Amino acid sequence: MNKENAITVKDLTKTFGAFTAVNNISFEVGKGEVFGFLGANGAGKTTAMKMLIGILKPTSGIATVANFDVISHAEDVKKSIGYMSQRFSLYNDLTIKENITFFGGIYGLKKADIKVKTKELIEELGLHDEANKLVGALPLGWKQKVAFSVSLLHNPQIIFLDEPTGGVDPITRRQFWEMIYREAHRGKTIFVTTHYMDEAEYCDRVSIMVEGKIEALDTPKNLKTLYKVDTMNQVFLKLARNIE
Amino acid sequence: MKRFIGFIQKEFYHILRDRRSLFILFGMPIAQVLLFGFAITNEINNVDIAILDHSKDATTKEIIAKIAASKYFSIKQVIDNEAAIEPAFKKGHIKAVLNFENDFSKKLISENKATIQILTDATDPNTANTISNYTASILKNYQGDLNKGATLSYQIVPKTRLAYNPELKSVFMFVPGVMTVILMLVSAMMTSISITREKELGTMEILLVSPLKPFQVIIGKVVPYILLAVINAIIIVLLSLFVFKMPVEGSFFLLGAESLLFIINALSLGILISTIATSQQTAMMVSLMGLMLPVILLSGFIFPISSMPLPLQLLSNIIPAKWFIIIIKGIMLKGVGIEYLWKETLILIGMTLFFIALSIKKYKIRLE
Repeated sequence: MNKENAITVKDLTKTFGAFTAVNNISFEVGKGEVFGFLGANGAGKTTAMKMLIGILKPTSGIATVANFDVISHAEDVKKSIGYMSQRFSLYNDLTIKENITFFGGIYGLKKADIKVKTKELIEELGLHDEANKLVGALPLGWKQKVAFSVSLLHNPQIIFLDEPTGGVDPITRRQFWEMIYREAHRGKTIFVTTHYMDEAEYCDRVSIMVEGKIEALDTPKNLKTLYKVDTMNQVFLKLARNIE
Repeated sequence: MKRFIGFIQKEFYHILRDRRSLFILFGMPIAQVLLFGFAITNEINNVDIAILDHSKDATTKEIIAKIAASKYFSIKQVIDNEAAIEPAFKKGHIKAVLNFENDFSKKLISENKATIQILTDATDPNTANTISNYTASILKNYQGDLNKGATLSYQIVPKTRLAYNPELKSVFMFVPGVMTVILMLVSAMMTSISITREKELGTMEILLVSPLKPFQVIIGKVVPYILLAVINAIIIVLLSLFVFKMPVEGSFFLLGAESLLFIINALSLGILISTIATSQQTAMMVSLMGLMLPVILLSGFIFPISSMPLPLQLLSNIIPAKWFIIIIKGIMLKGVGIEYLWKETLILIGMTLFFIALSIKKYKIRLE
């Protein structure tokens, strides 16, 4: 096992009955890397991710996250990671402050720390006027930014983002990616799934999953050269077509 | 522990900010107890009746006076021929007609027998039955007065005593039932809805990714509802004590402990439902159909179990509410203690353990 790897996956497989959702995938994600995990809907991205965050047991194979085995040390994995799902992950009927307090609490943060973090977070996002408003009243883009910040509360080494920008307008998406970069610069590892191919260009490396298998894995630049195209979108289409 | 308190605090935010659930939680118990206590009643009071007196002699007048004097009847109409009976009923408010035959006194003396026809409006069979029973007992009383002094050679005198509810107040029967329904509703339905809501919104996933263990999540979701159900039980007992003057003959402590047991039983059912249901809608339908209907129909709350067909009687045994109703009726009305209720209590404990074991098993499968 390489100490410099944040995530190591070897021959990971998940089957549901006769259906193989994730078929023998292997890859590594280095510390501080922004790793794009791409694939069409139903390609097995979410299943693979659920195994990495410890809420789904692999059928076979090994995966270590933050140097912890996801099967035998799921609890340690959970403490080291932040997670934000494609579905909105805060409580709409709680205010921003209450959400922060709640999630800080379940990650075992001290009261004083939560206070400091809340202040920081609200300042960083410029949400002074909204801090005591119900989250349900915020526009989607803002909600996602708050959700991202909340997933960072306990200072995790690795952040898993499951289609964080789904349904968000381009400007907010841009701002969202700036937040992702900022965290990457702070040394955090980002593991992000998306189906926006322009976002794939922002990643250090991307993997493309097709029907449960990783069909390509490299930097966006190398992939474009390899497939002799100009955009990641074309890479993706080419791969999907080859399979058919 | 601190995490736990934060979790419960959040759960209370959910409950207090959702007016609909707040109404179900606190409005319904009060409304139901008052409704069942005041409006839905098997007793009759001031029922409008009509009199058709063909003899108009001293005896019939005495009988009519007795009936008019009772609080059960009020004589709204006096009619003078059979043809007028039908229209009197059809108008709707007359529930019974007393038809005295010709020469009532004379026949009573000469033949030792005279007849009164009691005609009741049986569109409401319960009321009709009660009216004829009440009338019969007034007549029997009068007959007893007439025979006073005279010695009858053989006489059987039934002496009835209505134990534990001498005034036959129907609220005595409804309070235990309503309490059971409410505790079941609050505990099972509300918890199953609140757990499935987290699943539906995707926040359950976030909670499972957090360091909280799955059972901590479930307990965190359930504890607030234990509190609310206990408050509800207290409200219902207070209402029955002070509004309906229903006694609690037995120990309050035992009543509380048994109620808590039933609440936990219902909660485990709610958790079980939430492991199966994936949406709030399903959870609600399953709770209503699968729990509320049996609780109302098969628990002995409204319909006596002993008069059900055998298959239904057997079925009623697997309904926790049946045993809880036996227990609270025992404590509240008969004042008995655990020495008489241990069997029912054990059954409830057994059922609770079974539901908990089953939901733990189901919950694990869901997480695989």
